Amino acid sequence: MSTVVRDQSQELQKQLISGYFDSLSTANEDGKKVVYTFVPGNLTELIRAFDLLPVLPEINALQYGMRQKTGQFILDAEKAGHSEDVCTYVKADLGMIRAGNIGPTGKKLPKPDLLLLSYTGCYTFMKWFELLREEYQCPVVMLHVPYQGDGKISPAHRDYVVQQLKEKLIPALEELSGKKLDEDRLKEMLKLSAMAEDDLVAVFQSAKAKPSPIDAWFGGVYYIGPMFTAFRGTQAGVDYYKLLRAEVEERIRLGKGPITPEGDMNQERFRLVAEGPPNWTSFREFWKMFYDEGATVVASTYTKVGGTYDFGFRHDYTRPLETLAEYCGECYTNRNVPTRIDMLVKYVEEYEADGFIINSVKSCNSFSAGQLLILREVERRTGRPGAFIESDLVDPRYFSAANIKNRLESYLQMIEARRAGGHVSGLEVSP
Amino acid sequence: MNRAEIVAWAEANYLDLEFTAARRWLAEEPGRKAVGFLPVYAPAEIIHAAGMLPVGIHGGGDRIDIIRGDAYYQSYICHLPRSVVELAVTGRLDFLTGALFPSTCDVIRNLSGMWKVMYPEKYSRYVDLPQDFAKGVGGDFWTHELRELVHDMGELRGSPITEDELRKGIGDWNRRRALVRKLYAKRRDEPHNVPTDELYQLLRAGEIVPFEEFMTMAQAYLDVCDKDGRRPRDNARVIVIGAFCEQPPLGLIRTIERAGCYIVDDDFLIGNRFLTREVDCSGDAVRALAETFLNHTVANPIVYERDADGKKKLVGERLRAARAEGAIFSAPSFCDPALLDRPMLQAGAAREGISFISFKYAENTGQFQQFREQAGTFSDAIKLWGNV
Repeated sequence: MSTVVRDQSQELQKQLISGYFDSLSTANEDGKKVVYTFVPGNLTELIRAFDLLPVLPEINALQYGMRQKTGQFILDAEKAGHSEDVCTYVKADLGMIRAGNIGPTGKKLPKPDLLLLSYTGCYTFMKWFELLREEYQCPVVMLHVPYQGDGKISPAHRDYVVQQLKEKLIPALEELSGKKLDEDRLKEMLKLSAMAEDDLVAVFQSAKAKPSPIDAWFGGVYYIGPMFTAFRGTQAGVDYYKLLRAEVEERIRLGKGPITPEGDMNQERFRLVAEGPPNWTSFREFWKMFYDEGATVVASTYTKVGGTYDFGFRHDYTRPLETLAEYCGECYTNRNVPTRIDMLVKYVEEYEADGFIINSVKSCNSFSAGQLLILREVERRTGRPGAFIESDLVDPRYFSAANIKNRLESYLQMIEARRAGGHVSGLEVSP
Repeated sequence: MNRAEIVAWAEANYLDLEFTAARRWLAEEPGRKAVGFLPVYAPAEIIHAAGMLPVGIHGGGDRIDIIRGDAYYQSYICHLPRSVVELAVTGRLDFLTGALFPSTCDVIRNLSGMWKVMYPEKYSRYVDLPQDFAKGVGGDFWTHELRELVHDMGELRGSPITEDELRKGIGDWNRRRALVRKLYAKRRDEPHNVPTDELYQLLRAGEIVPFEEFMTMAQAYLDVCDKDGRRPRDNARVIVIGAFCEQPPLGLIRTIERAGCYIVDDDFLIGNRFLTREVDCSGDAVRALAETFLNHTVANPIVYERDADGKKKLVGERLRAARAEGAIFSAPSFCDPALLDRPMLQAGAAREGISFISFKYAENTGQFQQFREQAGTFSDAIKLWGNV
């Protein structure tokens, strides 16, 4: 395999994330308490305002997936009685615990002192932390974030979340940390969040340029890393996004395409929008299928699971608890199917995409249920063709490279035929 | 009415995917409306309070070929939503003015949005059950949600629902719940007199036909069970856990019982028994309905388990309450709530030395031999060696 090419912001991102895992590995020695929570609806600023450390089990699972180590964890969990039908993030996490809870960077992860069940956009979260509660014998705080069934967050729903923050979560964090909430500190952190969010949105919106200077899906998952893990509300996060934005703006100035693991991709032949998560176990192989064909993903929905910022939401430090509640409700998988369709249509049109691709993952009903209807609706409304690929998050048994590559190439050929005035229709791809 | 007549009535309604009884009721009087609801729990009494007909939507089971429904769902998603879509796109649900989609799982949640896209002219609502159980937090939230539902149902029928109507509607449902509990108690005490396939079809019919018709037939069934005594067999008493959303084919229920098991507790159509107490209708009926949910529901995977040891204790508690000798974990394929819960429940069963077996089904499963062998062996083992 060729040497991976990285720019400065990628190096910084890597340092931030690995440094964070280092801090987790010494949390016990450092006397730090640990809160496990989820990416959608993560309340990083609030957790860190108490000097607690967040741990995100999905991040551990996907990082292990990228290192091709989840297959055995999943088998171990299935041997222990977990169904082959359910979420592989959960099984990878449980397998990882059975293997000694060594984190993806090879260092031990601390046990949770609290499980913050931010119940946002995913039913499985509830079961996941009920299962982890049995593994770790530690307390759980359930934070119920109502789903956007009508495509909006109503004031009553926001108030419900705020009430839970006030009456359950904050007292639990105060008890765990031994500190009272310092609201001024929280506000300062939220100010920093909004600054970083501005830059992240600018980075994503840079993909409207032609050629796009970024890949908003494969590259995008690196960009969201700090924001969705532990660096929202920190100066380190602000600095990272400032640097990233400057690099991206420079790429636009130079007319460069996205950076890939093999260097710059300068010939942009196809502009695509992506719905759903990527596959993690064959992440680079999957990405290569795209950049080898000159296909750039110019907008993606997966990069909004930890917060949808590009339609205007920013953390508002003047209303700290309300803004956290609204943030939780805004996450992508907490949005109903019509809203998701609207988002995709907007992306296809505003980013002038040639089409869109849905990677439907077996593990995740929150994403996957309804995607075939989404495919048809987005095609109908935009007149642009969609492709449907099936794989999984971290279960390598469900990634069929040859089949996916073959179908992706066929799909791109179809787009070319369309440019030449040929017939257009959707394409469904199964492994 | 004798048992055969009641069971024939129930079976006819259970088998009827045209929902003839509901359509007949609608046709009897101009302006009548029906509102559907999906599993697991929806506050159907509010639909009833509005004078509309609540209709349980459970898909087509093994009685419909899925042709167009499969075009909406990948192979790794459970069977229920594709058969619900099949019913819808073939016009079988066109008599419904609206539909409620409770927060059972992500599949039903997303189906609520699909419904909005597919049937924009129809009313549909996602019913987000509370996962916080404090009176002033989850209680306020759920009261607010219920009041919105009351408002919407009033708009749907054309005039606001009055407090008296609400009290009466919820009161009717109290009577209904009490009767269903009596039926379940009767089966628990005399499973030879209340075969589960009969009870199941009766309850399925009850989710389609008008309230009074069900109450009459259910009471009649209870009465004939007293008179029409059957000889008990030396069957194993079992509870069936996990079949609370996508319903098993009737053949599977019959197979379990014919294999030598008496089902003495189950999760089938659990929405009918979700609230375990009557709602106090003397004051603010909506608030009372909300608070009853907070404090008095069955333990079910769609609701967050507050007790850290709750999952582990549950099977033993249910087993003892039903005086059962073993548990059958029977879950639909690809059912997140049932299958994610199962390891915790099984660990609890193992901790207490409870015998259990497990299998998966789909609502259209057509081959029962493997279940017969499994349940038959299980029953024999219990009878030969006891609950070990």
